[in-house]
Parts: sequence; structure tokens; C-alpha cells
Amino acid sequence: MSRRQSLSLLKNLGRFTTQTRSVTYMPRPGDGKPRPVTLIPGDGVGPLVTNAVEQVMEAMHAPVYFEPFDVHGDMKSLPEGLLESIKKNKVCLKGGLKTPVGGGVSSLNVNLRKELDLFASLVNCFNLPGLASRHENVDIVVIRENTEGEYAGLEHEVVPGVVESLKVITKFCSERIAKYAFEYAYLNNRKKVTAVHKANIMKLADGLFLESCQEVAKKYPSIAYNEIIVDNCCMQLVARPEQFDVMVTPNLYGNLVANTAAGIAGGTGVMPGGNVGAEYAVFEQGASAGNVGKDTTEEQKNANPVALLLSSAMMLRHLQFPSFADRLETAVKRVIAGGKCRTEDLGGKSTTQEVVDAVISNLN
Amino acid sequence: MAAFLARRLLGTSTSSSATLISASRAFFSSTTPIKATLFPGDGIGPEIAESVKQVFTAADVAIEWDEHYVSTEVDPRTNSFLTWESLQSVLDNKVGLKGPMATPIGKGHRSLNLTLRKELNLYANVRPCYSLPGYKTRYDDVDLITIRENTEGEYSGLEHQVVKGVVESIKIITRKASMRVAEYAFLYAKTHGRTKVSAIHKANIMQKTDGLFLQCCDEVAEKYPEIEYEKVVIDNCCMMLVKNPALFDVLVMPNLYGDIISDLCAGLVGGLGLTPSCNIGEDGIALAEAVHGSAPDIAGKNLANPTALLLSGVMMLRHLKLNKQAEQIHSAIINTIAEGKYRTADLGGTSTTTEFTKAICDHL
Repeated sequence: MSRRQSLSLLKNLGRFTTQTRSVTYMPRPGDGKPRPVTLIPGDGVGPLVTNAVEQVMEAMHAPVYFEPFDVHGDMKSLPEGLLESIKKNKVCLKGGLKTPVGGGVSSLNVNLRKELDLFASLVNCFNLPGLASRHENVDIVVIRENTEGEYAGLEHEVVPGVVESLKVITKFCSERIAKYAFEYAYLNNRKKVTAVHKANIMKLADGLFLESCQEVAKKYPSIAYNEIIVDNCCMQLVARPEQFDVMVTPNLYGNLVANTAAGIAGGTGVMPGGNVGAEYAVFEQGASAGNVGKDTTEEQKNANPVALLLSSAMMLRHLQFPSFADRLETAVKRVIAGGKCRTEDLGGKSTTQEVVDAVISNLN
Repeated sequence: MAAFLARRLLGTSTSSSATLISASRAFFSSTTPIKATLFPGDGIGPEIAESVKQVFTAADVAIEWDEHYVSTEVDPRTNSFLTWESLQSVLDNKVGLKGPMATPIGKGHRSLNLTLRKELNLYANVRPCYSLPGYKTRYDDVDLITIRENTEGEYSGLEHQVVKGVVESIKIITRKASMRVAEYAFLYAKTHGRTKVSAIHKANIMQKTDGLFLQCCDEVAEKYPEIEYEKVVIDNCCMMLVKNPALFDVLVMPNLYGDIISDLCAGLVGGLGLTPSCNIGEDGIALAEAVHGSAPDIAGKNLANPTALLLSGVMMLRHLKLNKQAEQIHSAIINTIAEGKYRTADLGGTSTTTEFTKAICDHL
């Protein structure tokens, strides 16, 4: 069932007590065997929200089991065994890793993406029914190139007081992210892809990115394609977000656009997302701003588990367990629509555990 | 509205370490008219420039306008469509007001904005964004200033193709430029009665470049202990801006982030048609400008909205320490828009440019 169908199901709940059943997913014999998923609880509120997911999976008797690894943002490199585990399991669920600011330790989040070549980062920003926000009709998917661009990590001091940072754009990476974006749009029945860039100033770099997008667009004539400059894009997002559907961007702009879109649709605490490559996928909270939370959130245990729960639903679909994914999403949406059980970032007073209990009690 | 007007009055009455030029102007007071360069620009430029002249005359502002137009031929001395005389005029007068200029397409000359920026050494772009009472957008409580470094960073224009399909773009951050803009930001905050300065960065990923920028901001912050100082990662900043813009006061940023954030903030209050802006150069040069386009489709039809250029003119007056008249004109504009009787088409009304201008003069 698509998201739209599950939403109309929600509307019908008042009228019918039994769920209409349809057989749309025919598994191969043996598909129901429990799948191992690497789990990285992470720093700050990470362990709290990953624990929430573990509890809900258990309550649903979902055919997944977790292999946890202890990783912290201030480690110099990824721990032994982590990469082997992810390469064996192909799928990972991750809380946030806090990167020390300016501190000479390169970001482990970025390292993980590079090692596994998770070249696409995806965030789905949409209005949740029942959650008020300033903007309506938001349903944007931001697909961001995850390996190069401004995050190439190539910096050096030329002379004291003068520092250079290299932004690298390659045809290879731009092409594959453009292909992924159009393929995503095609497989998810999305109507439009917008490329975000600053090619009027960075003519060669963003120009190359745009060229790649234009070439791929020709192969999908049924999907509308347009381009927008990043500063105008941010302005349009706060004025008329309903004009955007799927957006494909290089690394840095993608970060900003994803967080802006998440903010207008209801906040980073509820947006699902993940990183995917040709062979592996890592699911985590969609938009990254503040995903390790504040110290007070950690102490009071009122981190919002919704984003990671919805991301784990995406993970279940990725693992080809669609009905578990649907049940989880329906339960979460019922809890949000109900309005009574919400954490502090959504204006409520519940703790993480209370939200988890509410989700579990709302599972069919 | 009363609160924020009061804050502006209190802010502008504190004295500051003014530049020599401004001090000598204040000494001569209102008897000697101050010469200011005026670039009406293209499209709707001349009409809105006329509006500004009328309002300034009605408010008894002792300014003598030195008008210059963009020529139709490239001046070989400047390698652009701006003549040597125009540039000299700004360098001599130290203050100017610029309308929208349509950049002619073609090669063999520098863009107009680039020419102005390089020749006049305009290192900081200041853009105040505040909700206009009476013009409702989704955000009512915006009152912030974005200060953007204007000369280096990602817009250094240094790009090259390494091998076919691989492009590098160099981002440069220097101590000199970062210190300069940080000093200006804190000075601005102090002289305008602002309580907080936030430095926006991505130093967790770009550790050396944004790290250097942050270091410079840290050093300047120590000299102003009365002003609250914080550092915010850019993705977090975008998200906080769209959720709760009242959290920010003065924002200081390198070039690219500044471009995006200042346009995002303009979007929060109603778009570029209402946003003033001022470029600050070495030796106390200030060039206020309207950042919207030249709107060729409504040029000459008396439909244009002069608000952006008028508010930029007000910024110019404050720079010249003509605070009483700046405040008069500012209040007149705010009151006219708040009243709602005279509004131009882009604000949802039916007035012409001349009617709107007359209404402002009446409110003085």
C-alpha cells in the first residue's frame, strides 16, 4: 500500500473497525527469515531513539534482529568489525554521531558514507496530519549527493592566515546522483525533479552538475525537470513550498535545503531519511540538524523518536517487508494525529518512552 | 511594532567610533548638502529613484544627488559598462544608492556587480530583515540583520577542470577578510543596539576554512563582552530560521552561506521587493542598493514598488548619522504600508508608484 492509501485508511478508521485486506505482496518462500541489521546507537539522544525502534520492532514481531556496535563521534576512526558487519548485513540503522567542531577529527558520519560509498542521501519532508506548521501541502523529497562537493575534506593552509578548501565535482558522481533521483521519482510516482545549483557563479563546478542532470532528464520524458538557483530556492521554500516535488542537489546545498524543508514541514524530529549506495543502505533521522540533541533532551529522555521510527519503516520496505512498514507508519501517524502524545520539540510534554508506548498500543 | 521602533531609536542614539568622514560631516551639520552618488539603474530603476528623491526632498534631507547611468558601451578603463567617472564619483562621495541593474549578456567585460565590488572594495553586505507591520506573511516576529562577507569564500571565481569530467572549485578564507567582516558585524551590533551576534559556519566539516572564520569571530567577540555571541552550524541555522526566526538577532557569515541565508530571510518577510541592503567598503564607503530585479515588464508604467530602494536610502542616511530624518522617513514608510490604503500591486493593492510616494510624503 502506498502512503496515500494508508492515509485514506486512516480516514476510514472511524467508520470501519476491520481493515480491508489486499494481497499485493507475494513473497518468495523463505523471505520471512529474520534479517540481521547493524545498529549504531551513537551519541547523545541516539541510544534513546534507537532503543525506541528496537522496542517497536519487538512488539510487531518484525523479522529483523539488531547487531549493535558502540561508536562515538570523537573516535579517531570507525571501530573494528563495524564495516564488516554492515557489508555482511547490507543494511544499518543509525542514531546520530556528534562531530566535534573544528577539532581535527574528521566526521565519522562522513567517513561511514565514503567507506560504504553511500552516494545518495534522501530526506522526505512532508506535513504530518495533525501536526500544525506554517506551511501546508509540503511533500518534498531532497536527494543529495553524499560523497564529494564541498565535503571532499581537502583543505590546507597556503600561508598563515590564508586557507583553501577544494570543492570537487565529477561527472561520474553527478551522473549517478541524477540517475538515482530520476529513478526514485519514476518508481515512486513523483511528477517533477528540480535541480538546485549556483551555476551562475560557480560556472564550471555546478555547471557540470547541471549538465549531468539535463542529460539524465532526457531519458525520463514523462517526468518534468527544472532548475533553480539555491538562494532563490530557499526563498521559494519559505514562500511557496508546494511547488517542489523531488529535488536533486550537490552536497552542501542539499544539507541546507533538506534542513530548511524539514523545518517548514514540522521539524527535524519527524522527517525520515537515509543514505543509500549501490550495495548498502544506512537509515537514520532524515535531516541532520541537531540530531544528537541537546543535553537537556538527553537527561529528560524526551527525544523525538518519530523520525527514526519512520526511517525504520523505510528500512522495512527496503528489506521487502511492506506490511510491517505500513503497520508501523500507520501507528506512528495515528499517534501524531491524536495530538496527545508528543515530545517537547513538537510542543508537547511526553517522554520518548511514552511515545513508544503509544505507538505500540496503536499497532494493528 | 512599537517595541521594535523603540529599539531602533535607542540603538541609533548611542554614539560610536565613527569614521573620520562621517565625523566631519556631522560637524558641518545640515547646512552643507552631502553629495551622494545615485545609480538609478535600468527598468523600474529611474521611477523608484525619482520616488526616493521626492521623499528625501519632502523630509528636508540635505543630500545633493550625483546621478550616473550605466552606459551602452564598455569603458576600456574599467572593462565594464560602468564608466570610470561613475566609480570615481562613489570613491569621492563615499556614499551611494543603487537601483537594479540588468547585467548585459555577453563576454569580454566584467559584470556590473563584480566591477563595483572589486573597485570599491565592498567587503560586507548588510541586509536587515524585519516583518513589516501591516504586510502579513507567515512569519510575524522577524527582526534580524544578516551580515555577509562579500569578497572571498566560495565566490572567489577560481575554478578549473582537472581532467575531463573532474572540476575543482577553490574556496578561500583569509584571516584579513574574516577579521574585517567580524569587526564590522560587532561594531554594527553595538551601534544599533543589538544584543546578540551569531556566527554561522560548517566548521565540523570544513574544519580549516570555516574554523579560521570562527576563530576570527571568537577574537572579535572577546573585545565586545556586552554583546552575546554564539556559533551556529548552518544546517541548524536554516532549520531554526524557518521554525522560529525570533531566535536570531545579528548573523555574520562567509560569502556562500550569507547569500543563501540572506535570501531565505528576505523570503520570510515578503521577498526581495521589500528588503533593503547596504554594501560597506574600506574607508567608510557605503553603497546602499535595492536587490530586486529591474522588472522590465512593468518599467515605465508607474506600477513599481519603491519600498526596497527607499528603505535602502534610509540605511544610507543612518550610515551618514542623519538619524532623525532616517527615522522620520522609516516611520512614514512603515505607517503607509500598515495603514493599507495605498499599496502597490505587488503588495496586493492598486496604487501607482506616485500615489504611494505621495502617501509617504504625507505621513512625514
